Amino acid sequence: MALDSKVPKGPIKDKWTDYKNHIDLVNPANKRNIDVIVVGTGLAGGSASATLAELGYNVKAFAYQDSPRRAHSIAAQGGINAAKNYQGDGDSTYRLFYDTVKGGDYRSREANVYRLAEVSANIIDQCVAQGVPFARDYGGLLDNRSFGGVLVSRTFYAKGQTGQQLLLGAYSAMNRQIARGKIEMFNRHEMLDVVIVDGKARGIIARNLVTGEIERHSAHAVVIASGGYGNVYFLSTNAMGSNVTAGWKIHKKGAYFANPCYTQIHPTCIPRSGDYQSKLTLMSESLRNDGRIWVPKNIEDVKAIREGRKKPTDLSEDERDYYLERRYPAFGNLVPRDVASRAAKERCDAGFGVNATGEAVYLDFASAIQRYGKEQAKIQGIDNPSESKVYELGQAIVEAKYGNLFQMYEKIVDQDPYKTPMMIYPAVHYTMGGVWVDYNLMTTIPGCYCIGEANFSDHGANRLGASALMQGLADGYFVLPYTIGNYLSNEIRTGKIPTDTKEFDEAEKQVKDRIDFFVNNNGKHSVDYYHKKLGNIMWEKCGMSRNEKGLKEAMVEIKALREDFYKNVSVPGNANELNNELEKAGRVADFLELGELFAKDALTRSESCGGHFREESVEEDGPQKGEAKRNDKDFAFVSAWEYKGEPADAVLHKEELEFNDIELKQRSYK
Amino acid sequence: MNLTLKIWRQKDASSKGQMVDYKVTEISEHMSFLEMMDVLNEQLINNGEEPVAFDHDCREGICGMCSMYINGEAHGPDRGVTTCQLHMRMFKDGDTITIEPFRAAAFPVIKDLVVDRSSFDRIQHAGGYISVNTSGNTQDANATPISKHAADEAMDAATCIGCGACVATCKNSSAMLFVGAKVSQYALLPQGQVEAADRVKNMVAQMDLEGFGNCTNTGACEVECPKGISLDNIARMNRELMKAQLE
Repeated sequence: MALDSKVPKGPIKDKWTDYKNHIDLVNPANKRNIDVIVVGTGLAGGSASATLAELGYNVKAFAYQDSPRRAHSIAAQGGINAAKNYQGDGDSTYRLFYDTVKGGDYRSREANVYRLAEVSANIIDQCVAQGVPFARDYGGLLDNRSFGGVLVSRTFYAKGQTGQQLLLGAYSAMNRQIARGKIEMFNRHEMLDVVIVDGKARGIIARNLVTGEIERHSAHAVVIASGGYGNVYFLSTNAMGSNVTAGWKIHKKGAYFANPCYTQIHPTCIPRSGDYQSKLTLMSESLRNDGRIWVPKNIEDVKAIREGRKKPTDLSEDERDYYLERRYPAFGNLVPRDVASRAAKERCDAGFGVNATGEAVYLDFASAIQRYGKEQAKIQGIDNPSESKVYELGQAIVEAKYGNLFQMYEKIVDQDPYKTPMMIYPAVHYTMGGVWVDYNLMTTIPGCYCIGEANFSDHGANRLGASALMQGLADGYFVLPYTIGNYLSNEIRTGKIPTDTKEFDEAEKQVKDRIDFFVNNNGKHSVDYYHKKLGNIMWEKCGMSRNEKGLKEAMVEIKALREDFYKNVSVPGNANELNNELEKAGRVADFLELGELFAKDALTRSESCGGHFREESVEEDGPQKGEAKRNDKDFAFVSAWEYKGEPADAVLHKEELEFNDIELKQRSYK
Repeated sequence: MNLTLKIWRQKDASSKGQMVDYKVTEISEHMSFLEMMDVLNEQLINNGEEPVAFDHDCREGICGMCSMYINGEAHGPDRGVTTCQLHMRMFKDGDTITIEPFRAAAFPVIKDLVVDRSSFDRIQHAGGYISVNTSGNTQDANATPISKHAADEAMDAATCIGCGACVATCKNSSAMLFVGAKVSQYALLPQGQVEAADRVKNMVAQMDLEGFGNCTNTGACEVECPKGISLDNIARMNRELMKAQLE
């Protein structure tokens, strides 16, 4: 099947408006007869559910958590971008569009990104109307901060809990519709397959996670909003339950999976401390607004610090290597995430890591505390303030901005980051790849949509900070409600979809067979045993830098691990009860397939771009020496993989990317 | 360190539960409490026993899913943390640790340490929202200035993660800190004024219907709240309710 992105004709700035003016609408009386299933209730799924219900459709929403409010969007810290230009620093829709395409290393679809930038301002208006308590200045107007990879201040925030506040906003909008009976909420339910009738997505098979009951749900369209697949690495900043299952099930039924190798390794996370570790904790990128990243210049100092003979605060300015400021003078500590992560890895690989594992760099707030302290002293009219007064005033400002993050760090690491620099190291955080969708956000299965992190569309090969929240809410509040209407306008005569058909029978049988297999497989290893092994292969061979040899090995090793898993995995308990291990088994089984496709995708893309760094593709001389080398001639396309049984047999379809409004350039942050 | 764990085991909602003793060894002080539970569960699975069911998800203190009552305190002995952020350095080698589910009539046990907190959701359905369509065709976000003080205070209230520690801690199983936080967030903002009276009346009525108790000003909820939600929010809710009833 040839891929058709269905991008509307016309100048980029008019595409979305023209599109909206010409789509077919569904009249309110007919909407009452149309059902839509939404899987996942994070920013994308929650906002889509609320909006579709508000428009009049009957929505059935599914979450594996005990409440929609707990989806992992809640953990996003730093903020949300919008081209409001409230700061008057030259921001515009075009600039947000440009920054996002450039930040994504020219591997995203222009028309989608432009639409995202276009609706970004509405999101802020909407959220304020919903009562989201964004940070404000003393004049009562909204405050902004900067994020990596851009030169303007366009990020709106609510302390270090922006994702929480936006999700609670979407949750409140859902609650209003749940109260009206327009959303039927299925908490503690997991989608285990999609049901296709006459080529169209017509329902899902879900498991009630409390009773173990397998349920059939039908609808006129199915929306997948199940988030990213970072947990394929076992250790990531994702929630423990975050998984690829919904996306993978639709992939196996005909939805192409795009760019699986594009993974974001976030530069500022708390370093790992031991083998027992279950997850990694992110420290918001917003910290790079005020924190300076460094390692010691001299290897002797590194040794002394590791052995506890010296403290980081003992080192003078001359003895520190602020390597981002050194290498990238224009952007300094605010380079994009992929660049910052690789730079940290480069220093640590060279032996300059500052903790016992050798995998940590410093993030230092001492100069910010000084700067804010002096500024406050001036504001408060304190002449010749003492050093301790400056520190006290500066600390108060830093606390107001990042207090909850500092507290979180202190609780985990047991060190006071106001007094000693934080230690950070990159960790898997976000997956830009995902289910392929067209401009309508529809997958290659008619009637099956995919929104938010679960799709591939807007971030290219690297996502800029504060853009995930923007995309999730744009898709759910402002894009999908239009595009899905155009599809559903052809469904007004369909009538209720019955669930007592052979298609539902077959899908349900497959789901039940797999569950029976797991609970009856008297193996010798736990699910986590396999998940950790998979994570290790992924991190070592498909991590921050990749090469042909490693990727080929990864494919072989993952396949072997998958075979071992089916022989030897042990799942205690029964199918007809709450069974955490059974849930995990299904998710890890899907990760064991995705992981192999991931490696295959990374192997095929022998260029470096964004979060995908191939050691074979590096600038060899000139001012960019050592930086990632993109290859636009051969790789300016989206890799969309078609399922053919074994992941190694997946067939590649290319969506060529056209850049009409942005010139393809080397991404320089120097 | 080596520890003895006394854990509540209950097969399902209709079965009777009991405390069961377990031993874990070589626990690192750097582990989180839930990582210690992972070690126990791995050990149980390898011995062919059923692991302990417990709720958890983000493991960074924000989703509100984890809910253990540890040594008689919601989320354990540390302050300002959820169970997932509680670290084993708070315990000593040889300690015996008691682990129970959050207990309240409105939070029935589903299995082991997992409880049903859907009563919290139903209170939110009753009025935990501002009635505005999600069309995006609202006024510009900066059209109505909001004092920084009010915005910050609303944010402090909105930071509630809905974990239920306040209810588990309260001798009356009162949910007034939880409800007060939501009522306060909207009461402090101009957007929330139009339907403020209905909101507080409906949310409080649902809270009573769910079987939560009343507040007798002990203040334990505020102490155990992982997000430091202040008791002032209960006072504000009572004031809002009184105002609404007089209207």
